[in-house]
Amino acid sequence: MSDVKVSIKNLYKIFGPNGGAMVSKVENGATKTSLQAEHKHVLGLNNVNIDIPARRIQVIMGLSGSGKSTLIRHLNRLIEPTSGEILVDGEDVLAMSAEELRNFRRNRMSMVFQKFALLPHRTVIDNVGYGLKIKGVDKAEMNERSQKWIDRVGLAGFENNYPAQLSGGMQQRVGLARALATDAEILLMDEAFSALDPLIRNDMQDILLDLQEELHKTIIFITHDLDEALNIGDNIVILRDGAVIQQGSPQEIVLDPADDYVRDFIKDINRARVLDVSAVMEASSSDSGLEFASTVILEDAMPAMVKADVTHANVMRDGEVIGKVTLAAMIGAIARPESNDEEQVTYR
Amino acid sequence: MELFDDFPSMGRKDLVDLKKGIDFAFRDFSRDNGEAIEGFFDPLMYFMVWFEKLLMAAPWPIMILIFAILAWLGARSIGIVIGTIVSFLAIGYFGMWEDTMATVAIISVATFLCIGLGIPLGILMSRSNRVQATVTPVLDIMQTIPSFVYLIPVVMLLGIGKVPGLIAVCIYALPPIVRLTNLGIRLVDKEVLEAAESFGSNYRQKLFDVQIPLALPNIFAGVNQTIMMALAMVVIASMIGVKGLGVPVLRAVSNQYLALGLMNGLAIVALAVIFDRVSQEYGKRLQKHRQGGHGV
Ligand SMILES: Nc1ncnc2c1ncn2[C@@H]1O[C@H](COP(=O)(O)OP(=O)(O)O)[C@@H](O)[C@H]1O
Ligand SMILES: [Mg+2]
Repeated sequence: MSDVKVSIKNLYKIFGPNGGAMVSKVENGATKTSLQAEHKHVLGLNNVNIDIPARRIQVIMGLSGSGKSTLIRHLNRLIEPTSGEILVDGEDVLAMSAEELRNFRRNRMSMVFQKFALLPHRTVIDNVGYGLKIKGVDKAEMNERSQKWIDRVGLAGFENNYPAQLSGGMQQRVGLARALATDAEILLMDEAFSALDPLIRNDMQDILLDLQEELHKTIIFITHDLDEALNIGDNIVILRDGAVIQQGSPQEIVLDPADDYVRDFIKDINRARVLDVSAVMEASSSDSGLEFASTVILEDAMPAMVKADVTHANVMRDGEVIGKVTLAAMIGAIARPESNDEEQVTYR
Repeated sequence: MELFDDFPSMGRKDLVDLKKGIDFAFRDFSRDNGEAIEGFFDPLMYFMVWFEKLLMAAPWPIMILIFAILAWLGARSIGIVIGTIVSFLAIGYFGMWEDTMATVAIISVATFLCIGLGIPLGILMSRSNRVQATVTPVLDIMQTIPSFVYLIPVVMLLGIGKVPGLIAVCIYALPPIVRLTNLGIRLVDKEVLEAAESFGSNYRQKLFDVQIPLALPNIFAGVNQTIMMALAMVVIASMIGVKGLGVPVLRAVSNQYLALGLMNGLAIVALAVIFDRVSQEYGKRLQKHRQGGHGV
C-alpha cells in the first residue's frame, strides 16, 4: 500500500464537562447510550484508528450522528480530542502551538463544507481567493491564482457574482475552488455534496474525480450515501456510534460486510458496478476465447459474455491468465444478500 | 399582628440620615472632582460647540444640498431625497432652522459616540458569556430607569450644558447598538466561522472578514434604533441646557402654546422619519447580495 499521509491513533472524543474521566469507562465497555444515560456525556468518537494513504480518496461513512463530522474536524483541530494522537506526515498535530496550527491550516489542509460556508458579501473570485488572502498573498497574485481554479471548476464568467446569485452546485464549486486554491495537499470534505440534487451530485463527483486524476491530493471525504462512497472512494471507513466498524476497499466491504449495520448499508447498491471480475473469479482457466482485464466490472463483463455467447472467460493481469469467471458466479455475486438462501451464498 | 399591619420600615430619622449621607457624599465627590471631570470632557464640548456653529452658520441652500446628497448616498431613492428637501424647506419656512441644526448637531455627535463605544462593547459581549451576563442588566437599567433620575447626578457633576445633555442622550441611546452588535455576531453562521478558522484565520481576520460583515445588517438595525432613541431624548436633553427643537417644545408645554409645540414636535418627527428611512434603506442595500434571486 502507498505511504500513510494521516494517521489517527486511539482517538477518543467525549462531549461533556468531564470527558477525560469518561475515557476509561468507555474502554471498559460503556456504550454511547449508557454513557448518555448514566453520565450525561456524549460519546463522539470511540477509539478510532485509521491510516489514511497519501494521494487517495479516503471515504468515511456512517449514519447521521455516527461521528463523521466530529472525526474530520479533529484532523485540523476545529475540535480538540479527549485523548489520542493525530499524525500528518508523521508530525503530531496536537502538539502544534496556535501559530503552528494556523500555518498548518493555511498551507497543508483545506476544507469543503456541507452548506458551502461561503462569504455572502464577497464575490466568487474573492471567495476563491479567501485562503490566499489569509495567507497574505498579494491581491494581483491572489486574483491570478483564483482565476485559474475558477476556470478549472467551470465557473468562468461568474467571477463577479455573489454566492446567493449562484445555484447550489455552483456554490459548492466555489467552495471546492477555494479549498484547492491554497495548494494544500490534504482536502477535507464534510458531506460536501450531500446538500445537492442527485444529478448535480453526480456532476460534482465527476468533477472531483477529474481533478483528482491530475492533482493526486489526499482527500478525506465524508458521506452518508453509499453510492457516492463506492463511486469515489479508494478506501472506505464505516463509523457507528463513533467507532470504526469496518475499513477496506469498496469491494471488500460489499463482498464481506462486517455486520448487519454494514449489510444494511450495502443492500440497495448496484453490486455489478462495484465488483470486478477478479473478485468473483475461481482459480482455473477458460477455453471460451474471451478475456477480461482483472479490473473490468461485472456490469461491463456480463453483457460482453452474453454477446460473445459464452458462459465463462479468462481473467488477465499483465498478459497472464490469473483465473476464470463464470456467468453463474457473476449472477450469484450481484444478487442482493437477503434474497439468498444459505446454500446459494456461493460468491464468498 | 402589628407586624402585618405596619411594614417594618426603617425609622424616618434613619432614612433621612441615609439619604442625606448619600447626597452629601456625592456632593463632596462632585465638588472635589467635578472640575477634573469637566476638564476631561472639554475637548468634546469644544467640538460640539464648533460643530453646532458650523451647521448653523452654513448657508441654508448648502446645508439642504448636503442633506439631499447624504440622503441619496444612503437611500438611493429619489422619493426620499425629495422628501428630505421638502421637509427642510418647510422647517426653514416655519422659522425652525436654527433649532433644527442644533438638534441635528447633537444627534449626529451622540450617534457617532454611541457607535464608537457601542460596537466595541458589543463585540466584547459576543466574545464571552460572562461579559454578556454582566453587561445585559446594565443595559436594561439604562433603558428603563426614568431619564430624570440619572439627570440628577449628571447635572450635579457637570452642571448644565451640552456635555451633560450629550451624556444623558447617550445613556438612553447606547443600549440598542450594543445589544444588536452582540446579537449579530452571535448569530453569524457557525459553518462560515468554521470555514474561516479552517483556512487559518487569526482572531483579527475572523472579526473583520467574517463576523462584522455578516453581523452588519443587525449592527445597522442597532444604529438605526440608536438614532431614533437619541431623537426621542431631544426634549429631555433641552431641560439641561441643550439647544435645539426641544427648547421651544418645553416652552410650549409650560405656556400652553399649542401651535409652537405642534410645529416643533412635527419637525422632530420629520427628522426621525428622514433618519429612519435613509438608514433603513442603507441597511437594506448592505444586504442586497445576500438574497440573490437575480442574475442567474
Ligand atoms: N458540541 C457537541 N456537544 C455535544 N454533543 C455533540 C457535539 N457535537 C457533536 N455531538 C454529538 O456527537 C455525535 C456525532 O455527531 P456528528 O459528528 O455531528 O455526526 P455526523 O456528522 O456523523 O452526523 C452526535 O451524537 C452528536 O449529537
Ligand atoms: Mg455531519
